Amino acid sequence: MKPSDLAALIDEPACTHNLKSKSGCARPKPGAAAGGCAFDGAQIALLPIADVAHIVHGPISCAGNSWDNRGARSTGPALYRLGLTTDLSEQDVIMGRGEKRLFHAIKQVVDSHAPAAVFVYSTCVTALIGDDLEAVCKAAARRWGVPVIPIDSAGFFGSKNLGNRIAGEAMLKYVIGGREPEPPPVDSARPELRVHDINLIGEYNIAGELWHTLPLFDELGLRVLCSLSGDARFQEIQTMHRAEVNMVVCSRAMLNVARKLKERYGAPWFEGSFYGVRDVSAALRDFARLLDDPDLHTRTEALIAREEARIDAELAPWRERLRGKRALLYTGGVKSWSIVAALQDLGLTVVATGTKKSTEEDKERIRELMGEDAQMIDDGNPRGLLDLARANQADILIAGGRNMYTAIKARLPFLDVNQEREHGYAGYQGMVTLARQLVRALENPVWDAVRHPAPWTTLPEAAHG
Amino acid sequence: MAEIVRRNKPLSVSPLKTSQPLGASLAILGLDRAIPLLHGAQGCAAFAKVFFVRHFREPIPLQTTALDQISSIMGADDSLLEGLSTVCEKHRPAAVGLLTTGLTETQGTDIHRVLKIFRERHPEFRAIRIVPVNTPDFSGGLESGFAAAVQAMIDHWTPSVAASGVRPGRRPRQINVLCGPSLTPGDLEALKELIESFDLHPLLLPDLSDSLDGHLAIDEFSPLTTGGTPVAAFAALGDAAATLVIGASLYPAAERLAQRTGTPLHRFDHLWGLEANDRLIMTLAGIAGCPVPARLERQRAQLQDAMLDTHFLLGQARLAIAADADLLHAACTLGVEIGAEIVAAVTSCRATVLERIPVAQVHIGDLEDVEQLAQRNEAELLLGNSHMADVAQRLALPLLRMGFPLYDQIGAYRRTWIGYRGSRQTLFDLANGLLGAHQQPVMPYHSLYSPKPDHRPEEHGHETATASMDRHGWH
Repeated sequence: MKPSDLAALIDEPACTHNLKSKSGCARPKPGAAAGGCAFDGAQIALLPIADVAHIVHGPISCAGNSWDNRGARSTGPALYRLGLTTDLSEQDVIMGRGEKRLFHAIKQVVDSHAPAAVFVYSTCVTALIGDDLEAVCKAAARRWGVPVIPIDSAGFFGSKNLGNRIAGEAMLKYVIGGREPEPPPVDSARPELRVHDINLIGEYNIAGELWHTLPLFDELGLRVLCSLSGDARFQEIQTMHRAEVNMVVCSRAMLNVARKLKERYGAPWFEGSFYGVRDVSAALRDFARLLDDPDLHTRTEALIAREEARIDAELAPWRERLRGKRALLYTGGVKSWSIVAALQDLGLTVVATGTKKSTEEDKERIRELMGEDAQMIDDGNPRGLLDLARANQADILIAGGRNMYTAIKARLPFLDVNQEREHGYAGYQGMVTLARQLVRALENPVWDAVRHPAPWTTLPEAAHG
Repeated sequence: MAEIVRRNKPLSVSPLKTSQPLGASLAILGLDRAIPLLHGAQGCAAFAKVFFVRHFREPIPLQTTALDQISSIMGADDSLLEGLSTVCEKHRPAAVGLLTTGLTETQGTDIHRVLKIFRERHPEFRAIRIVPVNTPDFSGGLESGFAAAVQAMIDHWTPSVAASGVRPGRRPRQINVLCGPSLTPGDLEALKELIESFDLHPLLLPDLSDSLDGHLAIDEFSPLTTGGTPVAAFAALGDAAATLVIGASLYPAAERLAQRTGTPLHRFDHLWGLEANDRLIMTLAGIAGCPVPARLERQRAQLQDAMLDTHFLLGQARLAIAADADLLHAACTLGVEIGAEIVAAVTSCRATVLERIPVAQVHIGDLEDVEQLAQRNEAELLLGNSHMADVAQRLALPLLRMGFPLYDQIGAYRRTWIGYRGSRQTLFDLANGLLGAHQQPVMPYHSLYSPKPDHRPEEHGHETATASMDRHGWH
């Protein structure tokens, strides 16, 4: 990738980080860095596309150490879960045989799996030795008759976040606009219903949580042309340009897709979240507002009223058990406020929230939810998180999997809200799951057991809960 | 002698292989108060970390020099220096493993030179042991990376006899044990107990059973390993009565140790099955100069009994095995010892031990190769890592999980395979796999001329006698 292209990707005008220093895209500090690389980010963004063969072009580390470790679910094809790599050897690197191997690798996967398309991810080594990814992909597509999409995602290009954008950019450049959508199927019960087309950008169907929200869209007559990229198919990505409204679901990572869809095709977009009753309702209202369809507006309000009443009743016993509990939240970007809302919905007090990857706008929303003197955590090193939890008498740490052991090794209950998690918390129904998991974590008798020292000894004071 | 069948396709599908930096990191994680520092892009370390967190279900100390586009192309020495001083400053580790990656090896980094500069610039970190290891991921795999790190530790930290006055046998009860990556924390615990039962003091190197056995420490949080071989122990390796090495991948490292210190060396490819453990016990009894404890005789008798109990099922059982070389060797040997047939033996990359594996062919390949071989050769049981679960499901075969990574079963990482007891349990589990999943009884046959009075074919949906005869091809 050319430096100018990279610079353009880092400069995302729709991202509020752009107004201040680019904290989310800042250069990581050697020896004190956490998180993945651009390649990791590109994979997170695109691997959930289920009927695509995802080939990692490089030596073994990039695919061998990481394949099949993410929680995105598919309703059908399992091709995306297959680890595919050119597994370059020293000879390949020295003799420059990478391109040739890649070309034949594409043929191999086309022959054995007949994928809808092949995505090829470059990695640090193949970028450094100068393999011409684009040319190989072009030649292979022509020769084997299958779309072959280059994703120029060398890890050293930058952070995971940048990798997300690189992935989005590749979809814009090579895939979106490649096909017109079929007319939507007619619901025999409502043949007159005017169906609108929408996209969900940055929804990865982790633990199947997309399936909590899809029924709502069906009921409203909103056809999700494409969810980028949870449970997506290649041909759905191709039709994304026809959506009337785009919703950016998770984080700002793929804002570039929403922004360019607006620039090129005119579709308005908004940012939202499916976590928490208030946010789900707000997202549905945003769709109704931007689609400017009075009938849809009425039906949306009816659905919201019904669902909120239903879920309220279902959540009542859980709220009872969770009332007054104190949570320390440490997660990135949008989730720094969207999960706050969800937790408050359940009656918890959020004592502090992480803002490492948050923008000024995020912080404003946090202040709206948590008050002017909301505690925000910029640097979530494990020691600091634990100290903060103690100081604020937090009952639970809610964070990404990376901090799971920070919490449980310190005998502090924990809930995972990131991409490796095993439960879907999105949508109205996801709130019940979230409540149930919180109770499960908080009320477990093991906390008592692990906080007691062996009867013949005593722990130092600091280790007590 | 096994024939080695090389990879013959351009694309690796469902890779079995993991990388050298991963293996070297694992070796460093077996040292006390240590941290691996991967010289590469952030992802190199992030993937390795997630890999081990999922496997061990433990926090994993691991850092990166976090190369960006400029340092990748213009040279990354400054990133390395900064990374080293940050890690030393922030965490005050006892040991740092400085490991290269495919990126920095391609770039042509010289970590040894940069380390010298670091030492000159930072005398304040003199006490921190730093071991540089070249681990490009375009050659070798987990085992060779692990071995390279162990060898580097010995090269850098073990004083020679001449330099330090160590003398083999000065500590007559001390036994050095070089432990390859095929040994789990559970294996290492068992091995320690075994050696201690001869009143010998084992010094494990590295010791994952002390760092990654999954224990709840008193301290809430540590950015370093909370156990493992203390680096100070290297100084005394040369005083031991003997060195054992488990796993052929570590032989070169063990030979280096023997050369430097003159301690007698005893090599074990693995410790699976009766024969290998008999040899271990004889060796230990010889070093200790004492009779074999009665407890071990009992365990041996138990293993023999288990061999009898399971041979009905495991004799001629058709096993498909996928693992790194040392572990593959161990599992194949146990299989052959019980009379099973190894119908697929697949490994991740070349190793000298492969030729010694008691099978006709060893394939260097991936899990797609295992699947195809297992299917073609009608395997009945699979042995391999958690990635094999999908293969097992597609082939409807039982899978006994071993190797790296193991993420879909709690506690699998610490299972004990070695010794008489571990081998016995493995035989039980293999046999149970066949019992549970693989039943080929004779289909009931309903005779035309002597129908049972209670047989109602139409009700039970059974085939009629005629249809049954059809099926047997009697016409």
